[in-house]
Amino acid sequence: MLPPDRFPRLLALGDTAWTLELGHTLDEAVSARVLGLYERVREADWQAHWPGVVEWVPTLRSLTVHFDPLTTDADALGQALLQAASLSHVHSPKGRHWRLPLCVEDAWALDLVRVAQDAGLSLTEVRDQLLSSCLRVGMLGFLPGFAYMTGVPQPLQQPRLATPRTGVPAGSVAVAGGMCAIYPCASPGGWRLLGRMPLPLFDPQRSDQPALLAPGDTVRWRRVSQAECDELARCCASGAFNPTDWLDTGAAA
Amino acid sequence: MSTGLRVVTPGFAVSLQDRGRTGLRHLGVPLSGALDPWLMSAANALVGNQSSDAVLEVGLDGPTLEAVGEPVQLALCGEITARSGHTGPQESPLPAWRTMLLQPGERIKISGARQGVAYLAVSGGVRVPPVLGSRSTTMRAGIGGLHGRHLVAGDWLPCLPTPSDAPHRFARQPWPPCADTVRVLAGPQQDHFSAQALQVLQDTAWRVGRDMDRMGLRLTGGRLEHSELGANIVSDAVLPGAIQVPASGEPLVLMPDCQTTGGYPKLATVIAADLPCLARVRPGDTLRFRCIEPAQAREALHQRAQAHQRWLSGIVTLAHAGDADESALYHHNLISGAVWHDD
Repeated sequence: MLPPDRFPRLLALGDTAWTLELGHTLDEAVSARVLGLYERVREADWQAHWPGVVEWVPTLRSLTVHFDPLTTDADALGQALLQAASLSHVHSPKGRHWRLPLCVEDAWALDLVRVAQDAGLSLTEVRDQLLSSCLRVGMLGFLPGFAYMTGVPQPLQQPRLATPRTGVPAGSVAVAGGMCAIYPCASPGGWRLLGRMPLPLFDPQRSDQPALLAPGDTVRWRRVSQAECDELARCCASGAFNPTDWLDTGAAA
Repeated sequence: MSTGLRVVTPGFAVSLQDRGRTGLRHLGVPLSGALDPWLMSAANALVGNQSSDAVLEVGLDGPTLEAVGEPVQLALCGEITARSGHTGPQESPLPAWRTMLLQPGERIKISGARQGVAYLAVSGGVRVPPVLGSRSTTMRAGIGGLHGRHLVAGDWLPCLPTPSDAPHRFARQPWPPCADTVRVLAGPQQDHFSAQALQVLQDTAWRVGRDMDRMGLRLTGGRLEHSELGANIVSDAVLPGAIQVPASGEPLVLMPDCQTTGGYPKLATVIAADLPCLARVRPGDTLRFRCIEPAQAREALHQRAQAHQRWLSGIVTLAHAGDADESALYHHNLISGAVWHDD
């Protein structure tokens, strides 16, 4: 373990990026600080001051800035970032609150039995724990629109499969490494599959906001049957999908 | 009738690329883009394009293309040649590093690149609709380029028609060679490695594995030891050039199609100036690394950018092809080529 006073810590990711580490473990408080800082640096005064900045990538424990080294004073940018981190107030990010459909029937919950065994719970208890969880999006990565979500109930915090699957179907809802995620498209993957979420997570045609989820968003579930899940997938495939239909209007910030 | 190139045979793993898809890595969208942006820029400059207009990136085998509509001006840059599509005695070689004009119905057969990748630029760039601000192909996500995949026979590559009096251009200067050693900056997770690891990285002649692609190179031939902090981190951001080391101790060098975040510690990161050198290796090649300081990386990038400007300013423009003494022109081009081969 690294001592906590090592953070924040500025690390060179080559000569075109800085990674500012705020911690090195999965920790909701660290993630919230990252997202607070991410909001700060996207404000107009920062953008105007650093025209050579290409983009920002928040993760669960760090914030990376990619920049053009030919037009940016890299050292000054790094120091400014460290300073912003020391001043940054922790505030809950202004994410959106989603209530997304989740089918946990056997056809999709391919690892339900394994997860239940490892958790020492019944199949019903595993389903209930997942369905009642409130997850928070900490970062996107791995695939376009693939959201790493924290807030997984303790018994479902289980490691990746020893042997990854060569094909995980699109929409699979899965847990691993203390996190939960939904696969936006079919992909190899080693997470434990517990259900299916039929809405599209990434659509290049929605060019203003191609990813459904963003860091800071929260996700709760609405249980749907296999038939409802299939019907939703069909509707979405035919173009009848409005993301705002799935916002949880009753959710508290 | 619209102008463009019809793909007759697709070659092997040929993709459409431009400068890449920036601004979306926080959504998990890979950067992608040309493996060697300088070389892409060179091909574009020859046909009078913007430096990052969309080009075809060719590796082991190039496509056969047929011009449709109006004449199309092309230029190849890299260790590559082409032939006009007529078979038999009329078949004529079309060297790289100069423009060529393809008349409607004419075909061009592009070879494989003898080293790394090469680029084919067309007048106006390949004008397929951009996806999320870029025409670069990202295979993993199936976006950009031609339906997010490699070329297939029958694909249509729209471009701009070339007027009959369009200038003819050729390169007078040889292409700058890559150094034998790829330069890196230490970190960002140097503390996840033993005290010797950075030296082992530099002392080892690494062999490039067979499964290299636009996402990464796997290297064998040595073992980089982790420290007590181990071979896993809570995922943080990665970029092309990052040298990840999983538990096996064998490094993986990320390339432009790499994912945006990763869970293996990174011992070192290839500097921007030397990233295109990674595009020149092939499976079985040997790769060496040398660790430098940030100020040296900055200097290296400035020098590389200046060298590129010098190369661009060495392009010879002839008002139009009819003005050229073709044999003198060809001789000129051979001289450039000879220098390049001797490097």
